[in-house]
Amino acid sequence: MSTQATHAQQAVVDKVIEIEILRYRPEQDEKPFPQGFEIPYHPDMSILEALQYIKDHLDSSVSFRWSCRMAICGSCGLMVNNIPKLGCKAFLRDYYPQKVTLEALANFPIERDLVVVMDDFIKKLEEIKPYIIPERDEKCLSEGTYQQTPEQMEKYAKFSMCINCGLCYSACPQYGLDKSFTGPAALALLARYNRDSRDAGSAERMKIVNQEQGVWSCTFVGYCSVVCPKGVDPAAAIQLLKVESSKDYLIGMFKPD
Amino acid sequence: MSKRKPYRREMNNDWWLKNIFYSKYMIREGSSIFITLYSLILAWGVFRLSQGEEAFNAWLSALQHPVSIVFHLLVLLIALYHTITWFSLAPKAVDLYIKGKPLDGKLIVAGHYITFTIVTIFCLIVIML
Ligand code: SF4
Ligand code: FES
Repeated sequence: MSTQATHAQQAVVDKVIEIEILRYRPEQDEKPFPQGFEIPYHPDMSILEALQYIKDHLDSSVSFRWSCRMAICGSCGLMVNNIPKLGCKAFLRDYYPQKVTLEALANFPIERDLVVVMDDFIKKLEEIKPYIIPERDEKCLSEGTYQQTPEQMEKYAKFSMCINCGLCYSACPQYGLDKSFTGPAALALLARYNRDSRDAGSAERMKIVNQEQGVWSCTFVGYCSVVCPKGVDPAAAIQLLKVESSKDYLIGMFKPD
Repeated sequence: MSKRKPYRREMNNDWWLKNIFYSKYMIREGSSIFITLYSLILAWGVFRLSQGEEAFNAWLSALQHPVSIVFHLLVLLIALYHTITWFSLAPKAVDLYIKGKPLDGKLIVAGHYITFTIVTIFCLIVIML
């Protein structure tokens, strides 16, 4: 809290920035409404720090999620001027002197203020079997680890960087229109395991990929990859899975099993 | 008792106008309507050809109408937009590795343009001859 205190002291003569938050308090509000705040402006202040300033000094009832403050826990996602961002990775200096509007992540139900209900997203991550399914189960510990070359790792490394922040679901109009779509992060995670040389679970996961709600709900808008704070590139993962799915289909035509 | 009451925001029909990225995407998708119309005109020409020389010449002269020329210019622009935006996305669907390193996206895009140019020149030559 001490950094906030010094912020407050320095700020007396300093500039001010306007922050508008879409509030929603389920126990008293029928629907969300915007509330404006004015806080001292610092170029090195993140959106998350701005929210913490508001909570500490102006309105303690404002709710938002955060933990690591360094773009690794994935809990601080929100809409900044209608674009999905991590609050800890977006800075006031990129908006000042304009007003900043904050809203809960799009395409998710609002639990309270900036907190969303992520259950559907988590369920989808779990559904794609996000663990290595080895060729044979009974490999003994004494036989050592499963080994991999740097080249084999390169095949999936990018898709394994996801921090489950959900920004890509917020950026995806197909998910917005149809919540049954498996969606960008879950499909990227699926690709991450299918492309891992130690994994032998591809056939099981391709059943999810091949569904209408799998990769074929994606129309390649591509915004998921733009907003992703970790360079995961889910759009690429999905296009590569479409190629695999088409191969599956063609092979299935000739040797149905 | 739980006070939970998750609020679902509706997605309005104008969602794609609120963000320039979505608008560009919609134009890319919408361009296929014009490209379909263009192919229908071509298909109509083939049909007229099957009806004999007179019918085909009538089709040709209809194409010279100013409205038709404006339409074709418009379709050309839209088709170029579609091509350029589509080519720029191409690296995402390519899974090529050279010596364990993924192939540079710029090379993939360049490859598309080179192929496009060669095919275009080839078609022009065939049509002119
Ligand atoms: S793919 Fe990127 S945007 Fe999507 S949840 Fe993972 S880190 Fe967040
Ligand atoms: S607080 Fe952890 S990602 Fe922002």
